Amino acid sequence: MSRKFLSGNEAFAEGIRLAKPDVISAYPITPQTIVVERLSEMVEDGSLKSDFIHVESEHSALSCAIGASAAGARAFTATSSQGLLYMAECLYYASGGRFPIVMMNADRSTALPWNIYGDQRDSLSQLDSGWIQVYAENAQEALDLALMSWRIAEDKRVSTPVMVNLDGFVLTHTYETVEIPEQAQADKFLPPYVTDNRIDFANPKNLAFSAGPDTNYIFKYKAHTGMLAAKEVVAETETAFAEIFGRQYSGLLDSYRTEDAEIILVTLGSIAGLCREVTDRLRAHGIKAGVVRIRYMRPFPNEEIAAALKNAKAFGVLEKDISFGNEGTVFTNVNSALQKAGIHIPGYNFIGGLGGRNISAGEIGEIFAAIQSGANSVNFLGIDDAEKTGGDGNGKSNS
Amino acid sequence: MANPTAEKLSRDEYFYGHKACAGCGGSLAVRAALKVLGQNAVSVLPAGCMSAVGFNFPQLCFSNNSIISTFAGTASMLTGIEAGLRAKGYSDFTAVGFAGDGGTADIGIQALSGAIARNDNIIYICDDNEAYMNTGIQKSGLTPFGARTTTTPAGSNIHGNLRPKKNMFEIAAAHGIPYAATASVGYITDFIKKVEKASKIQGTKYIHVIAPCPTGWGIQPDETVEIAKEVVDCGLWYLAEYENGEFTLNHKPKDFSSVEAYLKKQGRFKHLDLDDIKTIIASRDKKWAYIEKNFAYR
Repeated sequence: MSRKFLSGNEAFAEGIRLAKPDVISAYPITPQTIVVERLSEMVEDGSLKSDFIHVESEHSALSCAIGASAAGARAFTATSSQGLLYMAECLYYASGGRFPIVMMNADRSTALPWNIYGDQRDSLSQLDSGWIQVYAENAQEALDLALMSWRIAEDKRVSTPVMVNLDGFVLTHTYETVEIPEQAQADKFLPPYVTDNRIDFANPKNLAFSAGPDTNYIFKYKAHTGMLAAKEVVAETETAFAEIFGRQYSGLLDSYRTEDAEIILVTLGSIAGLCREVTDRLRAHGIKAGVVRIRYMRPFPNEEIAAALKNAKAFGVLEKDISFGNEGTVFTNVNSALQKAGIHIPGYNFIGGLGGRNISAGEIGEIFAAIQSGANSVNFLGIDDAEKTGGDGNGKSNS
Repeated sequence: MANPTAEKLSRDEYFYGHKACAGCGGSLAVRAALKVLGQNAVSVLPAGCMSAVGFNFPQLCFSNNSIISTFAGTASMLTGIEAGLRAKGYSDFTAVGFAGDGGTADIGIQALSGAIARNDNIIYICDDNEAYMNTGIQKSGLTPFGARTTTTPAGSNIHGNLRPKKNMFEIAAAHGIPYAATASVGYITDFIKKVEKASKIQGTKYIHVIAPCPTGWGIQPDETVEIAKEVVDCGLWYLAEYENGEFTLNHKPKDFSSVEAYLKKQGRFKHLDLDDIKTIIASRDKKWAYIEKNFAYR
């Protein structure tokens, strides 16, 4: 094991090197570029024996990865924002075909207005594409997910592609000290990909076919249950990972000081660290705050969210996303989890970080205060009068 | 197969039990090409007639490994399959795509251009029936001048499609592709030979085969082969190759047969007036002057 000072992108590339994909097909887009540049260099210097294919678009990047996966190969791609949207058709194709591709997405705002900075509107818009979605918080987790995601995706019970999301710039371009596992450890953790869902010359297959009304729903149901099976596989994978690498992850979400918390802020991605820091400050002043960081948006941790929030008096969801005309998508999902669990506590949505706008510790403090005192259902950080900008005007409760 | 002809083709069927219309030129091209390429061909078909008639679970009609790609992704999926199989240690296979005119010249041209530029080791066959037949005969980038389609209706104001076909063969050649060819299912031996030749060449191969659609062209199902011959004989299509940076004409009609007769046999051209036909003949003559000047003949 060695230690290196790496950005999120570079750490992820190190994880991909250890996972040894057969085929990498990628198209450059800011802020994803560093990961594909590093992988290109690894191929050039011989430390990564992958076929690096310089495709002419993101659509082809994923289409090519699907072809490689259909050949039984381990296939990787990476994208961001407009690129993710451009390849959107192929997302559904990959998941419908049950091709366990891994993709890194550098979370970035979507045009218009054009913006290269980080928010999560790109990946959250594709929640229904059938991909497992996981959000890293730091560079070490990014590297570790680059390894774990393959094992989850390729598990026979799952057979579902995984999108690993790194906050654009804040995570992709920020340097941290990262532990790099040894190849032998990675090989022990991640066996070669073996599948029947592939081209087979001894027993030829017709793949990626049409299925009419009589059978279509069965395939969709199986995709759904495959995704649900990932919950168990994530847990098993993290246990195996901890045994080999000594780092234990916390499953579909990560709770911080929630056991006795009265107000809990739910969020995802790299902002969670600052939320925890603010929580500690509030705790020092006797305010019982807590933080839930959602790691997996799909499969969604319904039960885990309910368990974490069941004793709270109120909660907030801070997300870098807005579903225009409604609310943030994470908020919708969290509310659904609570409703199913019969938990009826006030909840407020805080939309922040759009187009890379900084979210300060002060603002997070204000969010906790608003959760405690009550707020609009949907609140845009930086805009005082929510009603002017689409607050729903329903007052203080959404439950 | 040293000298392939239709008679010597394999008796094995690789595209069988499908639901293509009677007289479908596209299915003829797929069937013949797979007989040449054999069991280890991996075929990629985008959305379109051939996938619509061949891949309906549980009625799956390819006896070789086959897969539907996205509409735009024939070439990029071929690239991935070729790279993936190579990575898994296979060498004795042919990755072959069969895309229609729309899937090739319109929505799929970017991926095709990318594959040719990378010189990926694939065969890409465009079965050209000159419109989006699968969706109900809409104009594509390869619909010829004057043709009536459901989106280029022929009325008293506009006589069908106003634009000529994109020149996909020379577009492919302009990339410096190792091998490109034009063909017609009316000259099936020529097509078979070209598929066979392509299978022996390393790098990207592009074959553009005219494959009439009785439904879209307004001909009888038993006229497919005849009309596919006639389009070559009247000079509106030509049989050629591009290899080692040079164009070669494979077949030179002594005298062109009647363009008007070719057009008037087809429902899609019935509305054309004498001026339209003159325009078509003039454009044919211009093309052949170019061919005479720039293509070797052997």
